[in-house]
Amino acid sequence: MLAKIGAKSLEDLVSYLPADVRFNGKLQIDDGKSEFEIVDYFKAAAAHNANGYASFLGAGVYNHYRPVLVDTVVSRGEFLTSYTPYQAEISQGTLTSIFEFQTMVCQLTGMDVANASMYDGSSAVPEAAMMAVRVTRRDRVLIARTVHPEYREVLATYTRHQGIPVDEIAYAKNGRLDLDDLKKKLTNEVAAVIIQTPNFFGLLEQVKEIAALVQSKGALLVVVFTEAVALGLIEPPREADIVVGELQSFAISPSYGGPYAGIIATHEKYIRQIPGRLVGETVDAEGKRAYCLTLATREQHIRREKATSNICTNQALLALMATVFMTVYGKQGLRELAEQNLAKAHYLAGKLPLVFDAPFFNEFVVRANGRTPEQINNELIEKKIVGGLPLGRFYAELKDSMLLCATEMSRRQDMDTVAAGFRA
Amino acid sequence: MIKKVSKHIVQNEPLLFEQSSPGKWGYQLPPLDVPPVDAASVLGKENVRAEIEDFPEVSEFEALRHFTRLSTWNYAIDLGLYPLGSCTMKYNPRVNELVARTEGLAWAHPYQPEALAQGCMEVIAALERALEEITGMAAVTLQPAAGAHGEFTGILMMRALLEKRGNARKKILVPDSAHGTNPATATMVGYSVENIKSNSRGMVDLEALERAVTEDVAGLMITNPNTVGVFEENIRKICGLLHDKGALVYMDGANMNALVGVARPGNFGVDVMHLNLHKTFSTPHGGGGPGAGAVAVAEVLKPFLPGPRLKRAGDKWAWNYDLPDSIGRVRAFYGNFGVLVRALAYVMAHGGNGLRQATLDALLNANYLRALLEPYYEIAYKAPSMHECVFSDDRQAKKGVRTGDIAKRLIDYGFHPYTVSFPLIVRGALMIEPTETESKQELDLFADAMISIAQEVDQNPELVKTAPHMTRTPRVDEVRAARQPVVRWKRPQ
Amino acid sequence: MSYPANYQYTKEHEWVLVDGAGGTIGITDHAQHELGDIVFVDLPKVGTTITKGQTFGSVESVKAVSDIYAPVSGEVTEINEALSKAPEKLNEDPHGAAWLIKVKLANASEAKDLLSAADYEKYVGAE
Repeated sequence: MLAKIGAKSLEDLVSYLPADVRFNGKLQIDDGKSEFEIVDYFKAAAAHNANGYASFLGAGVYNHYRPVLVDTVVSRGEFLTSYTPYQAEISQGTLTSIFEFQTMVCQLTGMDVANASMYDGSSAVPEAAMMAVRVTRRDRVLIARTVHPEYREVLATYTRHQGIPVDEIAYAKNGRLDLDDLKKKLTNEVAAVIIQTPNFFGLLEQVKEIAALVQSKGALLVVVFTEAVALGLIEPPREADIVVGELQSFAISPSYGGPYAGIIATHEKYIRQIPGRLVGETVDAEGKRAYCLTLATREQHIRREKATSNICTNQALLALMATVFMTVYGKQGLRELAEQNLAKAHYLAGKLPLVFDAPFFNEFVVRANGRTPEQINNELIEKKIVGGLPLGRFYAELKDSMLLCATEMSRRQDMDTVAAGFRA
Repeated sequence: MIKKVSKHIVQNEPLLFEQSSPGKWGYQLPPLDVPPVDAASVLGKENVRAEIEDFPEVSEFEALRHFTRLSTWNYAIDLGLYPLGSCTMKYNPRVNELVARTEGLAWAHPYQPEALAQGCMEVIAALERALEEITGMAAVTLQPAAGAHGEFTGILMMRALLEKRGNARKKILVPDSAHGTNPATATMVGYSVENIKSNSRGMVDLEALERAVTEDVAGLMITNPNTVGVFEENIRKICGLLHDKGALVYMDGANMNALVGVARPGNFGVDVMHLNLHKTFSTPHGGGGPGAGAVAVAEVLKPFLPGPRLKRAGDKWAWNYDLPDSIGRVRAFYGNFGVLVRALAYVMAHGGNGLRQATLDALLNANYLRALLEPYYEIAYKAPSMHECVFSDDRQAKKGVRTGDIAKRLIDYGFHPYTVSFPLIVRGALMIEPTETESKQELDLFADAMISIAQEVDQNPELVKTAPHMTRTPRVDEVRAARQPVVRWKRPQ
Repeated sequence: MSYPANYQYTKEHEWVLVDGAGGTIGITDHAQHELGDIVFVDLPKVGTTITKGQTFGSVESVKAVSDIYAPVSGEVTEINEALSKAPEKLNEDPHGAAWLIKVKLANASEAKDLLSAADYEKYVGAE
């Protein structure tokens, strides 16, 4: 090969790099390791984490069972090691599965159009806000304080230099969005109002009432979800203009915060304003049904500085995990799964002092009864249980409270231990 | 002659929704160990949905067959060379998949107490250190989810530094050969974009750049090696030009597979750059993602990194949220951790020497293909190629055959096409990146295919223009898809 | 396709037919040919003011977007609604049925410095 290219050695291949640019040192990285050693290293690292603990953490990341079929499917090299399906003729597998994904996201959320995925729920929020700004040609955004605090931080980062002022809407005594505060702040300059349901405290927001209010002022309602399993049981936010959310609950392992799969869904009339990749149905040269990426002129590789977003790589393989999960559970299973979550959470909540009085799905806020949430958690850790999320770091006024989550994975015996921990 | 592929049975398969039967399911939940609750009474009747209309109803085995059948309609790196330029489609080692699924890592909750997350933090710290070493930069953040997300993070930091110095400035310079994400990113950070022409050697035109660098310029976004696979030999001078005017240099690291162990951006004047872990560091593309867009910065930008940051607290790791100058979060939690695990496994398997060897092998493979193909296709620029080579379809266009047609014909020969019609500065571009993980045999087969197609263009251009002929699905009507968008299935009325 | 002699043209490949105080605007056959199969046309709302030399809309093919520049200034009085359902008309009859917008001219003399059909044909021949 060297002879063919007229080089004497491999080093010749970098000889034309300017001398003041070439790196002549040796990278200070240990010598290459065998497969066995690598597996060992990561096992050792994992041993420094929580192992064998029951967990009652939720707050945007949920412990749900992952059906075996999910990894069976995504481990197939044809899905795992293919690129973005730009060459439709040899990508019909990926394209068809994304079309099914888009369809299921629409069925779940009550929307007409969904894209092929976003990075995660948090980054989908500013994308929805930017979309609302394009649609309404207004520039202000309101976001409920009951939206995941880290999602709100991401929104602030994204909007800071785009001339999009963001204001927060307070929550009422019952932990839901304060309608009076919304009315006060909802001016004619508002492009989008962003709420989450179930909200960060696990409570259902009054989507219908809020939508009517928001839309009467010509703004768009963006509804966020972090717990997708809830959509198996609760009424989807059909009145929303844009729905964004996180599908981590659908067979995507918590994996210390990522990779996950975000979604964005909307109505047909806004299809040209949606960011990211879209798969569309068409026909091939023989007239048979086929799929391809479509409406690409919205995207950065064509519209460059005028694109709807800079997003390029998305979360296709995670979206496929979610697709397999939705298929395995199906219409009946997703509902039963949601019902189990509801039952477990209400069982645990029934034994504890709740802070808010409003309908909740599988998360709820509990007061630590004279002690600190950290004290309770430390005692639970002794019993191999990771308790809830102390809320003080995000809500100073709730520093005596924690957010607990129960899923189908929570055992009754562990829930009883948690409940006893609050009484101790 | 087509050597690599033969005819093969492929199964047809309807959509899930079309094969659903009421009452079928593929799951099994354990019996509830707590009393059931009535959803309508605890949630309110108005909050409970009737059913998820038309949601799939299939058995477990039907589900497995469905996705297995669909998978056979895909091409993949596991089936052969995937020479997409700028995409670095290399072998995805399977040990990486295994370690990413290690129980204690895969099931770690981002909010579990730091004392019970030390293993994850160690992995993050180890990868940050390795990437600092590889790039020669002062610090690395692993928070961004993808390359474009990394660009966004990097330009936000540049803006934050300039604001701190008193003037955020107005525009970002972008060479005309750049990826579309560069200008799209600059816009999202509130900058206008000015394009810089490339010269006749495919590099940034120094004079044009010099004219463009004014006090209004916040920085330059440069890809190096650039999208024609050529190293910007004036990179030091370019960085100097920007720095002299108080502006900064962002390097798009999409092509870092050409530089690892050979040149370090931190040593030639770059202020901030991203790495696509799903390119250079072998994490699988998965049909479009996930990726991870690590961002490396020079000392001057360290205070502006997104938070939280890892810090040492005694003999433990802790997350530091007290970062007054930070640009804030660009996403929830700490990054695409599962992707980071895979990238670290790749670095460990290679070691310092192995990483450098991989780079040289990537250069060898690209230059070998260039040498084989240059007699048949017009090389876009004579300058030496690094990890990829770019041709134009000039010779073939005379016969009415364009790069897109040649690409489709390559499919018949059993290969995924190269990158088509990019970069924009090359008329009818064929952008070919074989990566280091291809054998001479596979490269020879590919070159044979390309040469055979060049001959077909001369003898029977129609054959090429109507390709592919061997696939389950012939050419797809993209115009119809765009004119009447159908982006979801609906039950036929 | 021939370029009607009673139209006037821009170097950005738009045409305008001036009729008293009004004008009809479209894109040229050369422009539609360069773009290929047109899949979407984005037009301003009736009542919008357009300014000579500035963009007022765009035309899209599968893989390209082209801005449309106003050959004259004025107020949009009518848009060609048929194009939203059938953008392919722009490929078929760009100088006729597939006009884009009608305007009330702000300044009729603005059209004077545009290209004649003969000059435009010479211009695209050289391009």
